[in-house]
Amino acid sequence: METTLLFAPLVGALICGFGWKFIGEKAALWTATGLLFLSALLSWIVFLTFDGHTETIEILRWIESGSLSTSWAIRLDRLTAIMLIVITTVSSLVHLYSFGYMADDPQWRPGESYKPRFFAYLSFFTFAMLMLVTSDNLVQMFFGWEGVGVASYLLIGFYYRKPSANAAAMKAFIVNRVGDFGFALGIFGLFFLVDSINLSDIFEAAPVLAETQVTFLWTEWNAANLIAFLLFVGAMGKSAQLILHTWLPDAMEGPTPVSALIHAATMVTAGVFLVCRMSPLMEFAPGATSFITVLGAMTAFFAATVGLVQNDIKRVIAYSTCSQLGYMFVAAGVGMYSAAMFHLFTHAFFKAMLFLGAGSVIHAMHHEQDMRNYGALRKKIPYTYWAMMIGTLAITGVGIPLTTIGFAGFLSKDAIIESAYAGGSMFGFWALVIAAGMTSFYSWRLIFLTFFGEARGDKHTHDHAHESPMVMLVPLGVLALGAVFAGMLWYNQFFGHADKVGKFYGIPVAEAAAHGEAHSDDHASDSHADDSHAEDSHADDSHATDSHGEDSHAKDSYGEHHYAFVGKPGEGALYFAPDNHVLDDAHAAPKWVKVSPFVAMVFGLLMALWFYIWNPSLPKRTADTFQPLYQFLLNKWYFDEIYDAVFVRPAIGLGRFLWKRGDGNTIDGFLNGVAMGVVPFFTRLAGKAQSGFIFTYAFWMVLGIAALVTWMSIGGGAH
Amino acid sequence: MSVFAFYLFAISAIAGGLFTVISRQPVHSVLWLILSFISAAGLFVLLGAEFVAMLLVIVYVGAVAVLFLFVVMMLDVDFAELKAEMARYMPLALLIGLVILMQFVMAFGAWESAHGAAEQLAQPVPVDRHNTEALGVILYDQYFLLFQLAGLILLVAMIGAIVLTLRHRQDIKRQDILAQMYRDPAKAMELKDVKPGQGL
Amino acid sequence: MIQADLSIILPEIVLAVYAMLALLAAVYTSKDKLGPLLVWSTGGLMVVLAAWIATKASGTHVAFGGMFVDDGFARFAKVAILLSAAAVLVMSQDYMSRRGLLRFEYPLLVALAAVGMMMMVSAGDLMALYMGLELQSLALYVVAALRRDSVKSTEAGLKYFVLGALSSGLLLYGASLVYGFSGTTLFSGIIETAKHGEVTIGLLFGLIFLISGLAFKVSAVPFHMWTPDVYEGSPTPVTAFFATAPKMAAMGLFARVMHDAFGLAVQDWSQVIALLALLSMFLGAVAAIGQRDIKRLMAFSSIAHMGYAMMGLAAGTQFGVQALLVYMAIYVTMNVGTFAFILMMEKDGKPVTDITMLNGYARREPAKALAMLVLLFSLAGVPPMLGFFGKLYVLRAAYDAGLAWLAIAGVIASVIGAFYYLRIVYYMYFGDEGEELDSNNQPILWGFLMASAAVMLLGIINMFGVEGAAAAAAATLVN
Repeated sequence: METTLLFAPLVGALICGFGWKFIGEKAALWTATGLLFLSALLSWIVFLTFDGHTETIEILRWIESGSLSTSWAIRLDRLTAIMLIVITTVSSLVHLYSFGYMADDPQWRPGESYKPRFFAYLSFFTFAMLMLVTSDNLVQMFFGWEGVGVASYLLIGFYYRKPSANAAAMKAFIVNRVGDFGFALGIFGLFFLVDSINLSDIFEAAPVLAETQVTFLWTEWNAANLIAFLLFVGAMGKSAQLILHTWLPDAMEGPTPVSALIHAATMVTAGVFLVCRMSPLMEFAPGATSFITVLGAMTAFFAATVGLVQNDIKRVIAYSTCSQLGYMFVAAGVGMYSAAMFHLFTHAFFKAMLFLGAGSVIHAMHHEQDMRNYGALRKKIPYTYWAMMIGTLAITGVGIPLTTIGFAGFLSKDAIIESAYAGGSMFGFWALVIAAGMTSFYSWRLIFLTFFGEARGDKHTHDHAHESPMVMLVPLGVLALGAVFAGMLWYNQFFGHADKVGKFYGIPVAEAAAHGEAHSDDHASDSHADDSHAEDSHADDSHATDSHGEDSHAKDSYGEHHYAFVGKPGEGALYFAPDNHVLDDAHAAPKWVKVSPFVAMVFGLLMALWFYIWNPSLPKRTADTFQPLYQFLLNKWYFDEIYDAVFVRPAIGLGRFLWKRGDGNTIDGFLNGVAMGVVPFFTRLAGKAQSGFIFTYAFWMVLGIAALVTWMSIGGGAH
Repeated sequence: MSVFAFYLFAISAIAGGLFTVISRQPVHSVLWLILSFISAAGLFVLLGAEFVAMLLVIVYVGAVAVLFLFVVMMLDVDFAELKAEMARYMPLALLIGLVILMQFVMAFGAWESAHGAAEQLAQPVPVDRHNTEALGVILYDQYFLLFQLAGLILLVAMIGAIVLTLRHRQDIKRQDILAQMYRDPAKAMELKDVKPGQGL
Repeated sequence: MIQADLSIILPEIVLAVYAMLALLAAVYTSKDKLGPLLVWSTGGLMVVLAAWIATKASGTHVAFGGMFVDDGFARFAKVAILLSAAAVLVMSQDYMSRRGLLRFEYPLLVALAAVGMMMMVSAGDLMALYMGLELQSLALYVVAALRRDSVKSTEAGLKYFVLGALSSGLLLYGASLVYGFSGTTLFSGIIETAKHGEVTIGLLFGLIFLISGLAFKVSAVPFHMWTPDVYEGSPTPVTAFFATAPKMAAMGLFARVMHDAFGLAVQDWSQVIALLALLSMFLGAVAAIGQRDIKRLMAFSSIAHMGYAMMGLAAGTQFGVQALLVYMAIYVTMNVGTFAFILMMEKDGKPVTDITMLNGYARREPAKALAMLVLLFSLAGVPPMLGFFGKLYVLRAAYDAGLAWLAIAGVIASVIGAFYYLRIVYYMYFGDEGEELDSNNQPILWGFLMASAAVMLLGIINMFGVEGAAAAAAATLVN
């Protein structure tokens, strides 16, 4: 079953890409889509029936070279299962959606066949992504990693007649190279230190790595920190974290379904997945994880600020993605991998939906992407409006504070913010809370600019705005379900008590013997239903308000220490070091911490309302007032310009120098000199020697003999 | 005495070779060659190999050298011209010859055979049978393969000579004795009754 | 004793007796009219013998007191010699017939030459070596001059003969020095004496002269001068023959003498052969650039290729011999195909050898041009083709034996050499439309051309097992 679901997209890609001429365009598209739905169905079956114990399914022996021995195998654990459903679900819905979106694309001339190519790329991407998440060793993962890179390149540059799309594709590919270099170095390093690239071996060796010192770049490093850092560099590239984030906004040049699939739901989360996957290593690398936390928080903050002022609807969502990925990294950085995965999971639904909704808007507006030309579309495209609304509610984190009732983003984002607080990263905590407020602002800004106010821009376009066809609305509906319920349904498994989380991920959980049974009974009863936890936390809060001396909240939180994660590295899908109490501490976070994201969200909403509904002239005036700040944000903190000046131009200069001077003058000059001067000279000489007279020939022979004999008698042979 | 004979033959062999190369007259060259052959035959006699010595005289002097003489006399080759061309290389050739000569002096001055080479070398002249018989035995027994191969080589040489020289030219008339013998009037003549005033 | 000996050399006997019987039969019947038939029967017999030798019981057999050695190495070389000789014979039939060159002696001379070559690769004695060599050479001198009405052909035969005699003299002189040193002409005896003590200067001189004589046969620089003239002057099928079987035989003999008789003095001859290899590679590459005549070009090409093959020999290791054998097998196969193409180059029924006549050839004969392209790429050593792997083999052998400088030089020479191969490709594909060659598609030649090209492409899979056979053969020679 796992093999089938892994290879179905590849088969679809091949049939669709190479076979569409034989079976017809429509049949090819439906084959690819059908196979993906099959894949999605199987993924859900795997996810729901999975018992948490890691399995390895070998497909074939792959590399045997010296001590490098590895198989192409599927490592099936909870992490993989989560990724499977995320990838296949979103991908199959995007396939379906593309039927509508890609019909009559103005980029192509009538009669040109581009859809099979598009679907084949999508399916190929899905296969590569599945390969990435199912791999049981790093090299296979690297192949998947590069495979998605290629697919991303092809899809960003899908409109290859647009120079900007080509440039964006190249940019994405090249920026990712930087990250991949780190990733590759990490793999080399692991092979160097562990002599294996299989995940299970690496996990077992993680404690040893923590005690090993290696010299790299003339400096002594802790092996675990160094490797974790290098792997994270790879993750930075893929997941568009600060410094290596510049490609993601540009990647919006690709068709919108691509943005939804690759640049929101799946590929960009590969970095988060990698960090979670390597959790046994990360747990032994405190230096690297604090770096991850700080960088994630900075990214979340930075991207949110830029998102505030962007006008292109897709770019706003792109920066939002960037920012949300920062959240995930903060969670992973403080050691709460489960929360990172939770947010990854929910984010996939609502972000894919936002993108698809944006696509629907763009489709309705005849490929107009500037929000300043939207407005008052609420009536024109009601379904899309509601879908976007749900997505926005989810991303901004609307829910009932201090309960577990709310949209998906509410639960997962709050989980991360609490984790950040519990993990002791105050910078992370505040950055995320502020970012949450900004998230709320720019998300609502998007809604208000698009659907409310008055129609701006081309009148004709507005008159012809139309609701999208059913194939586009159905995916929106399905994702909406996810955006609403995914958080509530799986809250306990991802961010509940340790025993639940442990069971979900297959991590052994042990009960601390020192405490009374009453607590454990409590928890046994807690774990019966989802709602009971909500009650529990209510109860906690009421206790907390009572007193601080005999604080049952605290007691409860200590009670949770009954269940501590005791797995060894590599046992279960995630690893929590024995001293990792972030989960418990997060549950025990003060109330103001738990409420803060909600407050930030409401603040953002009110600001957005004020700016765009109550006083629509305010944005312009504010921008004028704070012109330098506005420009700074609008130009994305000038990252592109700085990179252009620091890297791109010198590289071009160097390349030009090496090409003109180095290659052109020196190497070509030398070779041409040899080829046209020296060799012909000898050719003429050889021709002259060939006189045709026998005695000349004999003379040469004797000369040869004389030379050899002289050589031998002077050199005296070898002795 | 034998030492004196050896040096006599040796010196005349070398002198014969030298003058074969440098004499201006081709006929003289051949004559010098004959001297060289005869000297070599004398050396063989000194070694106790009378049969080989006789072979050398009969085959090389009697047949080969005489053939050379005929060829040289029949061919009108301007050796002077060839030599003029060669003379251009002469200084260099002499130099090289000198170098090689010096090296051989070095090599033979310090000549040293392998251990046990002497024992293997010394195949004494058999006492119980005479030279020719011993040679025959060794040729047909130990060196049977080489003997046969030599035969093949000669065969190839013969075929080669025929292939390269024998040719049936179609554009000339030849005498065909058989055809002549089997000719008779019945085949050769035909009687025609020619009417007056008409041709055939 | 004698029967056992005879049974060991039975293939040689069969071929020699066949040649003599056929000679008699042809003389007493219809003479030259029998030519085509004899070509086919000789070719057929050679193939049968090759198959027989290939499947014959393995192991090493010694006959005639050590003069004749039948081991894996000899069998490998013999199979290659017989098959290539048969292929070239069969290819030449039509060409020779149409020009009235197909004398009935021609196939028989080739057969006798083949006997000589088989003796060469099996020689276990300096005298046997010389006999085999002369048997071969004499037959070759004759076939080189086969076209008597052509001055060039006669000149070729004469030059080859005179210089061949000189080289035989060198060889014999070397042999006599070696004999003087060791007191025996048997290889087994020579290597025995070398076991005790050092290699003296006298033996070294003998070795040098022997190498020089053999180098002439493989046309290694500076003993190569005859090659272009003889290749150009001889009738093209004879040139094809020169470029294949005798080269294989001479290389086999070279390897056998060096390893069987002087296997303990590898250091001494290895450097000499390395030098010859180096000179051959460069001269072959450089001088071929100036050639317009494809036969002369192939002559220099063969000089260069012999340089590469000698690189394997210079390594002085078992792997080196394996590389040599693999290289020669590939080289012979390439040459069969290339000469099949050259034999098809005609204009108004007359053979043409000017490479500029190939201008625009690809547009008229795409299939043949493509096959030739494959062969030329292979000759040049361009990677996907088999020729590349042959080169790779010898380069590796040289490198492993510590002759890295030689390997590097080999790569440089092959870069230079690629020029003239690729120039032919250039003429065929991009040349201006010029005079047209006849479209001459003789099925046999066409078949050999295509088969050879196909081998160059398909052989990269497993080299048709040649690799393993060569390894086994090398193992019997070097131990």
